[in-house]
Amino acid sequence: MISNRFKTDAARVCSEIIQNPRLNGLWRGKVLKAGLALLMLLTMGFIALPVASLLLKNPLDTVVQTLHDPMVVDALRLSLSTSAVTTVTVVLLGTPLAYINARFRYPGKEIADSLIDLPVIMPPAVAGIALLMAFGRMGIVGHYMDGLGISIAFTTLAVIIAQIFVSSPFYIRQARTSFEDVDISMENAARTLGASRIYTFFHVILPIAFNGLVSGAIMAFARSLGEFGATIMFAGNFQGRTQTMPLAIYTAMQGDLDVALCLALILVIISFLVIVIVKTLTRRMYENVRN
Amino acid sequence: MLEIDVKKKLRDFDLQVKLRIAEGEILMLVGDNGCGKTTLLNLIAGLQCPDSGRIALDSRALFDSELKVNMIPEERNIGYVFQSYALFPHMSVYDNVAFGLRTRRLSRREIELLVKDHLDEAGLWDIRKAKAIDISGGQKQRVALARALIIEPDLLLLDEPLSALDVRKQAAMRKDLRKKIHACNVPSIIVTHDLRDVSCIGDRACLLEKGKIALTGEPDEVMSWGSQVPFGREGSN
Repeated sequence: MISNRFKTDAARVCSEIIQNPRLNGLWRGKVLKAGLALLMLLTMGFIALPVASLLLKNPLDTVVQTLHDPMVVDALRLSLSTSAVTTVTVVLLGTPLAYINARFRYPGKEIADSLIDLPVIMPPAVAGIALLMAFGRMGIVGHYMDGLGISIAFTTLAVIIAQIFVSSPFYIRQARTSFEDVDISMENAARTLGASRIYTFFHVILPIAFNGLVSGAIMAFARSLGEFGATIMFAGNFQGRTQTMPLAIYTAMQGDLDVALCLALILVIISFLVIVIVKTLTRRMYENVRN
Repeated sequence: MLEIDVKKKLRDFDLQVKLRIAEGEILMLVGDNGCGKTTLLNLIAGLQCPDSGRIALDSRALFDSELKVNMIPEERNIGYVFQSYALFPHMSVYDNVAFGLRTRRLSRREIELLVKDHLDEAGLWDIRKAKAIDISGGQKQRVALARALIIEPDLLLLDEPLSALDVRKQAAMRKDLRKKIHACNVPSIIVTHDLRDVSCIGDRACLLEKGKIALTGEPDEVMSWGSQVPFGREGSN
């Protein structure tokens, strides 16, 4: 009896909701919001769970102990030093290129642009083979360099070359966008005020684009730090010489899991910091541009 | 004396202008959007290159296609106030005004004295340390003008210098602008869309239509040009 009355009441409420367009809209909105919230939670959970597991499976005292492991020390030192050299090289070589592509038109610009972006979508293993074919002992350039007594493949230099190859598009693309965002009238104003192109570049364009360039450089640094495929193919996996952090994680997984977890944690922390810094700098850059 | 006789092929028409502007004369250049006014200023400043012709300032050739002369913008000594003012956002008001003196490698003491003079005169000394992006539209206009005048230019180009200001500020600025430009005693070209700018600031007016000078006359005559002049309602009031 009660059940029947409840059913009747429920049916009445449902029919009221369906018939009343305002209530109907309200319910639809709530259902939609709840659905979206659930979807968001699932996605966030999917990303957060592996990162959290890494933290939970890594007791702090074990991390501190593992930090003294020679394999960790060597990998950390090599990764940081090669990534720093790579970033400086990419900035020095990429900045003029990004500026030229942002400001000037020239024959074959589209091809040049595509070529710059190619390493982003190229599978890392393919990049490794390509580098070997170019700079390896039997490679097109490497063959001649070998004749001069210079060997590149399987050295620390090979690590840097592989990192430059895969990380340069991250900097060049960001730098180009930053230069494009600098109003051309600023450049023109500087020149009518007596500044040469070089003076204008260093005193007007570069400071305005600076935040964007820094975030591009940080992205390139982070990409270098995480580089694995091209490095193992082109530089090999020798502790202290070519074994960077990702390679050390790969090696340690076959033996000491604590070392692998410790290195993975360091990489996660660096990646998180990179995202925070890049986001802050990019937001500042767009605020400046908007003003 | 500024002498211009240039041709340049633009996307929709050919820009072909022949003009003479005397020392101390202010020429008001009016015309529809896209008729070539800003392009003409850029050709004179050296920011764009004419296809042919000659631009001379006091018999000094800035551009001459026959003699193959094309002086770079930084050597022309032209004061240019851009439509958006183009102040350097990362620099203070002081550094913006000092920029043209630093490129001329003046001593620090000379720069300080000159910048102080110009900022005092423009009523900007109190905000000298403010970033150029943090000041009001009227202040930006005065900074842009001070930056263009401090280099003692041989020619002044102003691209809609009052358009970014509200109507009350525009009225106050017109007399000030005319006084300051006349004090320089150099040829000047001002691009505008406002009839009041023409009558209050100019000594002569030119109507540019599809890249060619269609009419020239005294500022008071502009009213009689009637429907050919592309002024908005606020301009004809």
